[in-house]
Amino acid sequence: MKTVSLPIAYMPLVDAAPLIAAQEMGFAEAEGLSLDLVAAPSWSSVRDMLAFGRVDAAHLLSPIPVTMALGLGGVTTAMSAVSVLSVNGNVIGVSRALEAQLRRIGHPFDFADAAAAGAALAAVAGGRLTVGVPFPFSMHVELLHVWFSATPLSAVDIEIRTVPPPLMAQALAAGDIDAFCVGEPWGSVSVEGGSGALLLPGHAIWRFAPEKVLATRTDWAETEPHLLGRLMRAVWRAGRWLSQPDSRTAAAELLSRGKWLDVPSEVIDRALSGQLTISPSGETRETPGFLEFHLGAANFPWRSQAKWIACQVARRTGQDPVEAMDRAARVFRSDLYRAAMRGTGADLPGASEKLEGSLPHPTPVASGAGRVILEGDGFFDGRIFDPTQG
Amino acid sequence: MRRDDTPLATQAAKAHSQVMTAPLSIVVVEEDRDRAIAIVDALKDSGDYDVHVIGNVSGLARKIAAFLPDVVLIDIDNPTRDMVEELTLASGPLDRPVAMFVSGAAGGLARAAVEAGVSAYVVDGLQPERLKPVMDAAIARFQIMRQMRTELDETRRALEERKVIDRAKGLLMKAKGIGEDEAYAILRKAAMDQGRKVAEVAEALVTVAGLLR
Repeated sequence: MKTVSLPIAYMPLVDAAPLIAAQEMGFAEAEGLSLDLVAAPSWSSVRDMLAFGRVDAAHLLSPIPVTMALGLGGVTTAMSAVSVLSVNGNVIGVSRALEAQLRRIGHPFDFADAAAAGAALAAVAGGRLTVGVPFPFSMHVELLHVWFSATPLSAVDIEIRTVPPPLMAQALAAGDIDAFCVGEPWGSVSVEGGSGALLLPGHAIWRFAPEKVLATRTDWAETEPHLLGRLMRAVWRAGRWLSQPDSRTAAAELLSRGKWLDVPSEVIDRALSGQLTISPSGETRETPGFLEFHLGAANFPWRSQAKWIACQVARRTGQDPVEAMDRAARVFRSDLYRAAMRGTGADLPGASEKLEGSLPHPTPVASGAGRVILEGDGFFDGRIFDPTQG
Repeated sequence: MRRDDTPLATQAAKAHSQVMTAPLSIVVVEEDRDRAIAIVDALKDSGDYDVHVIGNVSGLARKIAAFLPDVVLIDIDNPTRDMVEELTLASGPLDRPVAMFVSGAAGGLARAAVEAGVSAYVVDGLQPERLKPVMDAAIARFQIMRQMRTELDETRRALEERKVIDRAKGLLMKAKGIGEDEAYAILRKAAMDQGRKVAEVAEALVTVAGLLR
């Protein structure tokens, strides 16, 4: 097979690991591909590189292709999310001042109970809170809205502000923001630098949130189905490799190189192992399922996930949720995923939509190969999203 | 995929038509003072514009909103660009919806801008003929700045390589009691044998010598 070079944009984050591992561990080569990975300075830049054809695929925040389909954010090139690269992996952190106040009222920093953390934060916030997120269209924003809406934080005057992740720790230290929701390694970096403490992992709010997707232009997916299939399989195998506990040390070392994230491997290992150091005094918390690259059909792009994102965004921006969900469902390409992954051993669920939030724990469901175990996907407040109703 | 945001665009066009005669208000986001001045000069040479520079990006979206600009220009490689994206939300800090102008009629102009390294955010409904001179000036200026930056990086790299090769030559000359030309020949041969650049071999030698010291 002739090796084809594919330009792909990414943001230097721990959850770019499937693309980096696909290239570095030979999964791309096995499919006759060489991934030309282009690091981007911002999410808007990743999106534009993809939209304008500088790259053919990208590591993208899962809400970006959905909101593009809703006409938000300026660029409206039709995008396809062909697989989910990672599930979960965000952290919510607070300033040292808020940390001290939370401890004073007896909050245990259990790094698990979103309801209790929300109530405690509302009690010390003094009526106002500015929260930093990496991008206006991100799972970070969606998780925060879920959290706010179902805790006493709903009564707090909250401003969500975009801050580039590398500047998050600095913004927290300077008092520009009081808290943040960000992907790793940036939460751990703020702990290391002494400017913040971690309050919750993202999956304490939603157990199974699609975080990043592998996105391509829809027209490229249509004209290059074979190339796309090879890319999807290489990335899927890289995700499977990453999910094996034995791979963690190698993966952390690989990602820590100057060429990729340029962050100490020990800091990267926290996200990969789910053992996070939550405060500058060195307390650690074990949080299984913190970041998932493979298990529970993690890579399957459920149309119901896209619809959930669309429904949330539509309600906030005054669009019709039914029409928004209809557009969004065409963005998460479970059809292309099935076509590319048939015969690889990948979990292919029988359905392409599910009730989001209805599985309290891992549950077997019907699939092409018999059964697939889906991981628990509950919301902390017990809400269930029905993709046929909104 | 179909896109339907006509109501927003029409609203904005109506709001905008009331200020049609006023000079365009342009915000340039640029932390480097010299670069900012160069951009402002280029814009002012091309027409009568009301240009503001924002150098400190803390709370960027709000600062931009305070100027109620028609156009926002920012370097594509600026990591704080994501802050400007907040303006594209209708419910964001600017009550007039803003779009990255690539979604508008000026398609070819958009590609040229992206290639030159400038991203522009434009109030919905702004006529392409009013935008064009602004973008032409910005594109030309950003292109020059990008070239200069590339040249500077290249020069710096060449100087660094030169320095490291000189040091490696010096080490070889001292260790083996040979002349400069011979030392360089050894480096070049090692590089050719290993399929690497002379600078890489020189760097490896300097590193090892440092460890052995």
